[in-house]
Amino acid sequence: MKTESKLQKLLDSGHFAVTAEIGPPKHASAHGIRHHAQMLKDYVDATNITDCQTAIVRLSSIASAVHILDCGLEPIVQMTCRDRNRIAIQSDLLGAYSLGVRNLLCLSGDHQKFGNEPSAKNVYDIDSIQLIYLMRRMRDEKLFFSGEPIKEHEPRFFIGAVANPFADPFEFRVARLEKKVEAGAEFIQTQCIFDMERFERFMEMVRERGIHERVHILAGVTPLKSWRAAKYLQTSVSGMIVPDDIVERLKKADDPKREGIEICIEQIKHIRTIPGVHGVHIMAIAWEEVVPEIVERSGLYPRPKVE
Amino acid sequence: MIIAQQKPIKDIAAMIEDCKKVLLVGCAGCVTVCLSGGEKETEVLASSLRIMRRLQGNPLETVTITATRQCDPEYIEPLENLVKDVDAIISLACGVGVQYLAERFHDKWVVPAQNTMFVGGSRTHGVWEERCGLCGDCILHRTGGICPIIRCSKSILNGPCGGSQYGKCEISKDVDCAWQLIYDRMKALGKLDKLMEIQPPKDWSKSRDGGPRKAIREDVMIG
Ligand code: SF4
Ligand code: SF4
Repeated sequence: MKTESKLQKLLDSGHFAVTAEIGPPKHASAHGIRHHAQMLKDYVDATNITDCQTAIVRLSSIASAVHILDCGLEPIVQMTCRDRNRIAIQSDLLGAYSLGVRNLLCLSGDHQKFGNEPSAKNVYDIDSIQLIYLMRRMRDEKLFFSGEPIKEHEPRFFIGAVANPFADPFEFRVARLEKKVEAGAEFIQTQCIFDMERFERFMEMVRERGIHERVHILAGVTPLKSWRAAKYLQTSVSGMIVPDDIVERLKKADDPKREGIEICIEQIKHIRTIPGVHGVHIMAIAWEEVVPEIVERSGLYPRPKVE
Repeated sequence: MIIAQQKPIKDIAAMIEDCKKVLLVGCAGCVTVCLSGGEKETEVLASSLRIMRRLQGNPLETVTITATRQCDPEYIEPLENLVKDVDAIISLACGVGVQYLAERFHDKWVVPAQNTMFVGGSRTHGVWEERCGLCGDCILHRTGGICPIIRCSKSILNGPCGGSQYGKCEISKDVDCAWQLIYDRMKALGKLDKLMEIQPPKDWSKSRDGGPRKAIREDVMIG
């Protein structure tokens, strides 16, 4: 189903897409996100705006998206199922669409235990797969989640989802990805890839089931600043696999930040050779300024133009 | 059964600090089985409170009794005589018992000695685990007999989420991922294809989100 998303046009016309991620701040000024949007806009095709990631209260994803649009960059609004029931989700997404947002990424969201409001009540009225399905139905069949018809102006999002090849049970990860595609996901962004071998195996299973022909998969990468950052992801974040050799490489490096960028560029070059991957999603967490260099040196600059 | 755990004694003492004489009511139902509010725990709590108050130079008089069940009017009726001359009632039942006592003895100060935690069962002696979220529309036949509503930290119906790793939930290495358990069981039963069906959103109006619930069985009603 066609939408007004530029990201969709690009992917559907066979381009290798580049997306990035901007994390909204823990305050009420958009100065930083606008600065990042300006910096990224010529280097990426669209950027995710996280929705209170790791359950930390931050400036709203939809409000941030408006600032980003204003800077000339296409936003991908993330919507988690953690904080809103089906009434709030629909209302917020109607609002987001009215403000010009065309890309939506549906996620469960990190449990609030990890954030700065651990005593909050979580919602989980619906889960991410149900959200994908209901938003697809809202667009294609013009129905609210309840089944009530939307008389006019239904929101027409390009619908995305996430996949984590590094979570367990591994054998079921591809099946669950397929379930998301069945539900209506049209693009997929993966968890950051450090274990390339496992990702290759994942993609092999994706190709066996022909899923790569039904959905655009964007492989997630994250440049690491230090071996400590690598170690933290390795030991403290559930659903993440960081091989020891990456930790070691950063440890031995004279300039770990440079090394982190080099590793990331190598990963992107490798990912581009894997059949069925249609783009790369660069999550430079609190390090957005390195994205232009990474894109350029990975041979992905300049970005193609679409109408 | 309902699993409850006693509040810290200083919290219970604070609720009755102006009282001279209190009635402690245990319950012979669930809280006896989970070793938190039966006859024995009621006696122990009464004597602990007395000792505490004596040390503070403000002695407390206690009366104790354990009802067969506090969630049944017929078993709390006989408490009437004991209630008369006390300043407060401490219930060691679950939250239902506390409310039944408050409803029956409406001019008495009734306080809870327990935190009512969950519906579950015992694992080994001294360990209880939550098993049912009382959702009012059981789906265990679709999830291999493992409840995702209460055992998955996000109540996901189409799991597992991306935080599941090495069989554990993203919230803690001590918590099993319910969806790993569901996957393993469905696999063992040769029913993995069932997990490919998209489970529809749940009707939470059958759960507490529809307001307090009532169950009526007309066939067993008298008169
Ligand atoms: S599905 Fe509902 S009724 Fe069944 S065990 Fe879970 S919470 Fe209880
Ligand atoms: S890790 Fe498993 S139990 Fe925990 S929230 Fe995710 S699916 Fe649910």
